[in-house]
Amino acid sequence: MKYAYYPGCSLHSTATEYEETTRTVCATLGVELAEIPDWNCCGATSAHATNHLLSLALPARDLAKAEQMGLDVVAPCAACYNRMAQTIHETKDNEVLRHKVSQVIGAEYQGTVKAKSLLEVLAADIGPKVVEAKVQKPLKGLKVAAYYGCLLVRPPAVTGWDDAENPQSMERLMTALGAETVDWSHKTECCGASLTISRTDIVAKLTHDILDAAKAAGADAIVCACPMCQANLDGRQGLVEKTYKTQYHLPVFYFTQLMSLAFGKEPYKLGFARHSIDPRELLHSKEIA
Amino acid sequence: MRRVGVFVCWCGSNIAGMVDIEQVKAAAAKMPNVVYVEDNKYTCSEPGQAAIQKAIKEQNLDRVVVAACSPRMHENTFRRTVSGAGLNAYLLEIANIREHCSWVHPDKAAGTKKAVDLVRRAVYKVAKNVPLQRASIDVTKKALVIGGGIAGIQAALDIADAGQPVVIVEKTPSIGGHMAQLDKTFPTLDCSACILTPKMVDAAQNQNITLMTWSEVEKVEGYIGNFTVTIRKKARHIDTTKCTGCGICWSKCPAKLPSEFDLGLGQRKAIYVPFPQAIPNKPVIDEKNCIYFKTGKCKACQIFCPAGAIAFDQKDELIEEKFGAIIVATGYEQWDPSPYGEYGYGRYKDVITGLEFERLVNASGPTEGKIKRPSDGKIPKDVVIIQCVGSRDEAKGIPYCSKTCCMYSAKHAILLDEKIHAHPYVFYMDVRTPGKGYEEFYKRATEEHHATYIRGRVSKVYQKGDKLVCLGEDTLLGKKVAVEADMVILASAMVHQPAASKLAQTLGISYDQNHFYTEAHAKLRPVETNTAGIFLAGACQGPKDIPETVAQASAAASKAIGLLSKAKLETEPLVAQVNEGICSGCLWCKPICPYKAIDGKVIKERIAGGKTIERTVASVNASLCQGCGACTVACRTGAMNVLGFTNEHILAEVDALCL
Repeated sequence: MKYAYYPGCSLHSTATEYEETTRTVCATLGVELAEIPDWNCCGATSAHATNHLLSLALPARDLAKAEQMGLDVVAPCAACYNRMAQTIHETKDNEVLRHKVSQVIGAEYQGTVKAKSLLEVLAADIGPKVVEAKVQKPLKGLKVAAYYGCLLVRPPAVTGWDDAENPQSMERLMTALGAETVDWSHKTECCGASLTISRTDIVAKLTHDILDAAKAAGADAIVCACPMCQANLDGRQGLVEKTYKTQYHLPVFYFTQLMSLAFGKEPYKLGFARHSIDPRELLHSKEIA
Repeated sequence: MRRVGVFVCWCGSNIAGMVDIEQVKAAAAKMPNVVYVEDNKYTCSEPGQAAIQKAIKEQNLDRVVVAACSPRMHENTFRRTVSGAGLNAYLLEIANIREHCSWVHPDKAAGTKKAVDLVRRAVYKVAKNVPLQRASIDVTKKALVIGGGIAGIQAALDIADAGQPVVIVEKTPSIGGHMAQLDKTFPTLDCSACILTPKMVDAAQNQNITLMTWSEVEKVEGYIGNFTVTIRKKARHIDTTKCTGCGICWSKCPAKLPSEFDLGLGQRKAIYVPFPQAIPNKPVIDEKNCIYFKTGKCKACQIFCPAGAIAFDQKDELIEEKFGAIIVATGYEQWDPSPYGEYGYGRYKDVITGLEFERLVNASGPTEGKIKRPSDGKIPKDVVIIQCVGSRDEAKGIPYCSKTCCMYSAKHAILLDEKIHAHPYVFYMDVRTPGKGYEEFYKRATEEHHATYIRGRVSKVYQKGDKLVCLGEDTLLGKKVAVEADMVILASAMVHQPAASKLAQTLGISYDQNHFYTEAHAKLRPVETNTAGIFLAGACQGPKDIPETVAQASAAASKAIGLLSKAKLETEPLVAQVNEGICSGCLWCKPICPYKAIDGKVIKERIAGGKTIERTVASVNASLCQGCGACTVACRTGAMNVLGFTNEHILAEVDALCL
């Protein structure tokens, strides 16, 4: 299994631990990643808030390059994945728009490749059974709240690979790793994403609600599949605790970190030290690391 | 030489506004066979019709062309006009210069040219018309009502009161339908059972009504006045002549199952009557779940039955019966709201549907009328009602308004306050309350019963402790709202019965994109179908509340009574006819006929040399034929013709338009 790998800006900067563990997990499961040469930013929120055509052209340039490689794209970041999937969806039956986009990027974009999130590849294509077979150190006793955020499974017409309101794919992966999952209410709520810079107050409220719900459901930690979600839930947790005068102390993992750990990789190589809420204490207490 | 009269109608300004009547008259006067031309402001009016009759007599006309509106509108009117003047009704042709011309063209010169063309087409065709005679057929004086809900019961009672025999076929063990499941009815809040059960009893006791419950229509053949219907009487495993309905059998039966009547909120046994007031009050055995049928052991019901009425070896029976008219009253189903993942129906026990709430609040329901929430039996304090769940949501495949939900949600709000002093919150898109006393009822809910109406959709329902948090938007305030509720009621859409399209195919009636049966005309023929002799009543035609359903049922009954009261029925003569001389007997026409009106027959024929041979030719049953013309297209030799629309007619029209 080989994919055109699109890391996006975060995985090369604030989310290097996601990048490293993505490579570790893929290597273990035999998923070959060929990074798209000279890739550009997907445009994220800024592009579609500015200009619709721009928001399609930016991912289309990356998709056109993947077409030249003849490979489907895998994007670990939920926002990158969503922008690519949206571009494919909008141009699929619209030749005029596809032609316009091709003109903008100065290369022919035909719409022949798919874009998948890393979670979809590992949870749906590879599947929990194969994952379970690779587990060396089961995550026994670890109770996690699987958090998908708003972009991974929505809108259903664009994504469509898991239930949009009550997705289960991450739960199935975590169960395969030996962890326990909680049934909780806020798994598809928005974390506020890039508003973390411009409207920190909104992000504080949204992340507070999510952290609150995870804690109430009895989770030891949150597991996610998006660098924005991780940055907000982990990085803004201190602010939330101060603002709302609460205590959560909920580590926020990338699902690939927990997979690497269960696959028997050395914990010190999984980037836990880069987290704001250090998860190592929790992992020690559960005798997992 | 024919003597054709052409009558051009103004239809006020409807035609005259876009067609130059004088030009049409002048052109018509020069057409072959035309001896008389006249125009009228309204040809369909009494003076207009009198003018046609006068001209027929005075001008000695033998053919008439009326250039006016669509033949669907007034062909029958003008047929009566010409036959009133002594001419055969089929020596008339209509040129549609309104719907096909003046209404759709913006240019008067072009419109006039087209009107002239259409008149010429009719003039050429009418010259080929020959007198046709209507035949008459017998009428079986008995009606079939499919479905034993309030619509079917009302229709059957009306027909029976008119002295005609009726059979009600109901697929469940009892008549009563959805109305039997309801608690109170809006806008008067009288108890549903109190007004329904007397009608159910009337239906059971009426000498003219035969109830066939636990039965389904399997096959329908024939035509108006003469339907032959095969009914499957499913094995009840009860000898109903012996059963007294004492109830010992179901009290002794050890197999407990979720009750369909209580929508799974309560239980029934494997031998059961669906509800206490069921009619007939005779149980059925659910073969799939009966311990005896599954393992060969048990027989508790048989052991305890004092009447010896249990009949394990009973089999399904197929009964064939003749009917003159059929009323379809198969009702609706409540839509399963699971596709709204955000509302958590099926995930959270205390998220229930409107119909489930009816069972919770009903005295004969699983909680004996105490409104207890399903999860823990607690009496709810705050209840959120979400309207338009499914309805008006194209993303969920239901574009229409279910019509009843605004009213039953207001009713639920009132009942919640009245019975348990719970605070109702109603999330709505629009509140639609057209109907006598309906708006007043809604006002009562808000003013006397303090229901909080919030204009906006709920985006999500989630569990927080023992509360259900409903997140939504108040679009009037432009603010997000969160209501912590103890129970959530989803006003789920009314949808078609799952087998609606299958029954439509069995009956040969049409249905719309939402699988509701289609009436013959949305405004003017609301209870008839396009198949003669089959009528519609109730929610099988579209969402309806009880008053509307009952009104439509009585309307359908009066149509059926009208039909059954006729001694004979006249048939249309515009049917297919075989020219046996040139029919090759290939019978390609047979499988193409949608009405099964064509079969082969063997004829004897003398050929050259004085020999007699036998050969097969097509034969049309004129009573079954609807004159659709499919066979004429399939016929390779041109032996098949629809009277009034023969190949000769069509060619004359083509000549008129193209030469």
